[in-house]
Amino acid sequence: MDFNLTVEQQLLGDTVQRFLAKEYGFEARRKIVKSEAGWSRDSWAKLAEMGLLALQVPEQHGGMAPASIETLLTMGAFGKAMLVEPYLESAILATVLLRELGSRAQQDQLFPALIAGEKIAVPAHGEHGARYELSRVATRATAEKDGFVLDGRKAVVSLAQAADILLVSARTGGEVDAEQGISLFLVDRGAPGVALEDYPTLDGRRGADVVLSGVRVPRQRLLGPEGGAFPGLQAAWEAGITALCAEAVGALQAIFEATVEYAKTRKQFGQPIGKFQALQHRMADMLIQVEQARSMSYLAAMRCGDPDPGVRRSAISAAKVLVGQACRRVGQEAIQMHGGMGMTDELNVSHWFKRLVVIEFSLGDTEHHLETYARGLSAQAR
Amino acid sequence: MDLNFTAQDHAFREEVRAFAAAKLPPEIAARVLAGQPPSREEIVAWQRILHAKGWGAPSWPKEHGGTGWGPVQQYIFEQEVTAAGAPLQLSFGLKMIGPVLMRFGNAAQQARFLPRIVSAEDWWSQGYSEPESGSDLASLRTRAERHADHYVVTGQKTWITQAQHGDWIFCLVRTDPKAKPQAGISLLLIDMRSPGLEVRPIVTLDGAHEVNEVWFDEVRVPVENLVGEENKGWTYAKFLLGHERTNIAGLGGSKRELARLKRIAAQELKHGRPLIEDPSFAARVAQVEIELLALEITNLRVVSAESERRAPGPEASLLKIKGTEIQQAIAELVMQAVGPYALPFQRRGRGEPCPHGGPAHAAPAGATYCNLRKASIYGGSNEIQRGIISSMILGL
Repeated sequence: MDFNLTVEQQLLGDTVQRFLAKEYGFEARRKIVKSEAGWSRDSWAKLAEMGLLALQVPEQHGGMAPASIETLLTMGAFGKAMLVEPYLESAILATVLLRELGSRAQQDQLFPALIAGEKIAVPAHGEHGARYELSRVATRATAEKDGFVLDGRKAVVSLAQAADILLVSARTGGEVDAEQGISLFLVDRGAPGVALEDYPTLDGRRGADVVLSGVRVPRQRLLGPEGGAFPGLQAAWEAGITALCAEAVGALQAIFEATVEYAKTRKQFGQPIGKFQALQHRMADMLIQVEQARSMSYLAAMRCGDPDPGVRRSAISAAKVLVGQACRRVGQEAIQMHGGMGMTDELNVSHWFKRLVVIEFSLGDTEHHLETYARGLSAQAR
Repeated sequence: MDLNFTAQDHAFREEVRAFAAAKLPPEIAARVLAGQPPSREEIVAWQRILHAKGWGAPSWPKEHGGTGWGPVQQYIFEQEVTAAGAPLQLSFGLKMIGPVLMRFGNAAQQARFLPRIVSAEDWWSQGYSEPESGSDLASLRTRAERHADHYVVTGQKTWITQAQHGDWIFCLVRTDPKAKPQAGISLLLIDMRSPGLEVRPIVTLDGAHEVNEVWFDEVRVPVENLVGEENKGWTYAKFLLGHERTNIAGLGGSKRELARLKRIAAQELKHGRPLIEDPSFAARVAQVEIELLALEITNLRVVSAESERRAPGPEASLLKIKGTEIQQAIAELVMQAVGPYALPFQRRGRGEPCPHGGPAHAAPAGATYCNLRKASIYGGSNEIQRGIISSMILGL
């Protein structure tokens, strides 16, 4: 057992934090959020420069995968800074999909562009009514002569606007919730028949519903075996949840520190409010929740590459449960203890709060992962 | 003891229900039932409809232009109109300064201000909190100096709900800086069009402009706008806060939102089945419904006692804590129910009801959840309410 970082890992963590502290402060971020695109190509280029877009790329393609500790450190720093760029979507989810499902030719073509930050890829998978069920896909891909025609609607696709390429899941066979029969396609965002209904999400990032009407995709743009994309989706979601947990811990630590600091300086009834025992005990509970969440994010990072899928999935779902609960309770307590100030757009506290809400409800909410974990228990008992 | 309604009560319920069905504009009801906040115009329109019927002030005695209803009738009225989708009547006049003026105001003030509250000619705001005086309200510093026939007010109030629409603001001000904090406070009625008064918006986390700062730079206030006696304002403030707390419990609104939650959970799917059939989700809804059921009876017990004593006691703190916890719990369940569609962000009170691809019922979920974090903070934070219960009820 060793919780220490290597010198290289320490260095990478420091580099990321220095960059964010210098160029991604709260007001700089606010400007990016308010800009037309809602994310910054300049910041994206910096992430590429630091090598961060290569963390999930296999070594033979110039990357660092699995790089679980590096991802943990990077996402933690992003959580504190509330990075709005499509890192989770492109550098984790889409990159893992390409790694797990892509042909040699597809990988040769795409990995260099992704690593260099020249292209952004975003998965478009979720659908209304599917909730968080990974295998429920109603979007259809109908085979034709040289390829497929896609029809359907993808719900709440984070940063779809930023994508050059959408990784669209669609059913080529099987029942609506079957694991078999799901295929994945590389679709240009601007392809005929692709329409985005875009909106901001609660956390100041962008999202869209992606409407696919008769989108023609040539067979060579099929990613992975026809009807066999599900294991790739699982692997990507596992990596994504692990990364999201690490990001959450960065945001939790930041909102918690801000709250303790506020309790030390805000005076009412002639003393800092942090002197009131009713608040002290609750801040102690916040600390416990943040530390428990941190431990689970470490566990997820360590188990994410475990060859046993039962071990891997239990650890990742367990992490998302505790992290999700911490997101809810620590976020709420932080606002409560800031009083009216916590409700304002002016303070960073409300922005961390909203990012924590989005994390809680992304890639499966607490309920979903508690049920996933519980199903693992009954499987063990059999 | 009898928890059943009388035949008269039932008849009254039918009367209110028929009135709401006939007179509440359907477009207002549709917005409110969809979980969207009503606009100023909609609140005023509804108040005028009630006024025309003689129901503008359900909790006031007849001699001041109220209905003279007892607590049970008031309860039935509120239940029925909120269920029908009526906007909440503006509480600052009807539930706060109105009762204070009836009890402590002079005849001239009552004649001048009370009718205009009921007819919605005046929109009142509440000027209590200051940047350095939130929970510790008695430490407030906005100064009012007496100069012959007027006061000169200088200072800053904050978190003033809907002050951008305000005609008048009732303010706690310090008239005796040398006295103990609670002893040097007075209650003034201030015309918001007075020179030197400025309203500055505060944008909240839900993107809404609901609260404001109100700045006073040597604002002249005629002496006749002092309520009661100088330096006795704290007594009036406490009287008023009791009313605010009972009101904040918001039981009618919670009942309506719970019904909405159940409709949503019947439409949303989990594993291809209606969400409400999922045992763990249904159990969560059941838990909130049971809490709300209990609080309704507790509320009736408190208001019955209140009608004999005229002012809510420390029990109002219980209603405020539990009522706001229930509001927040329902908002959390709505978020959970709509799933991924909780994340697209429709700024509260702005824009079209459904700007994203999801179902219309999902549109306000995220912003409402964020907005309702205020409920455990305002009107005296729930920490302050627990302090009141420990000291005033338990004598600790």
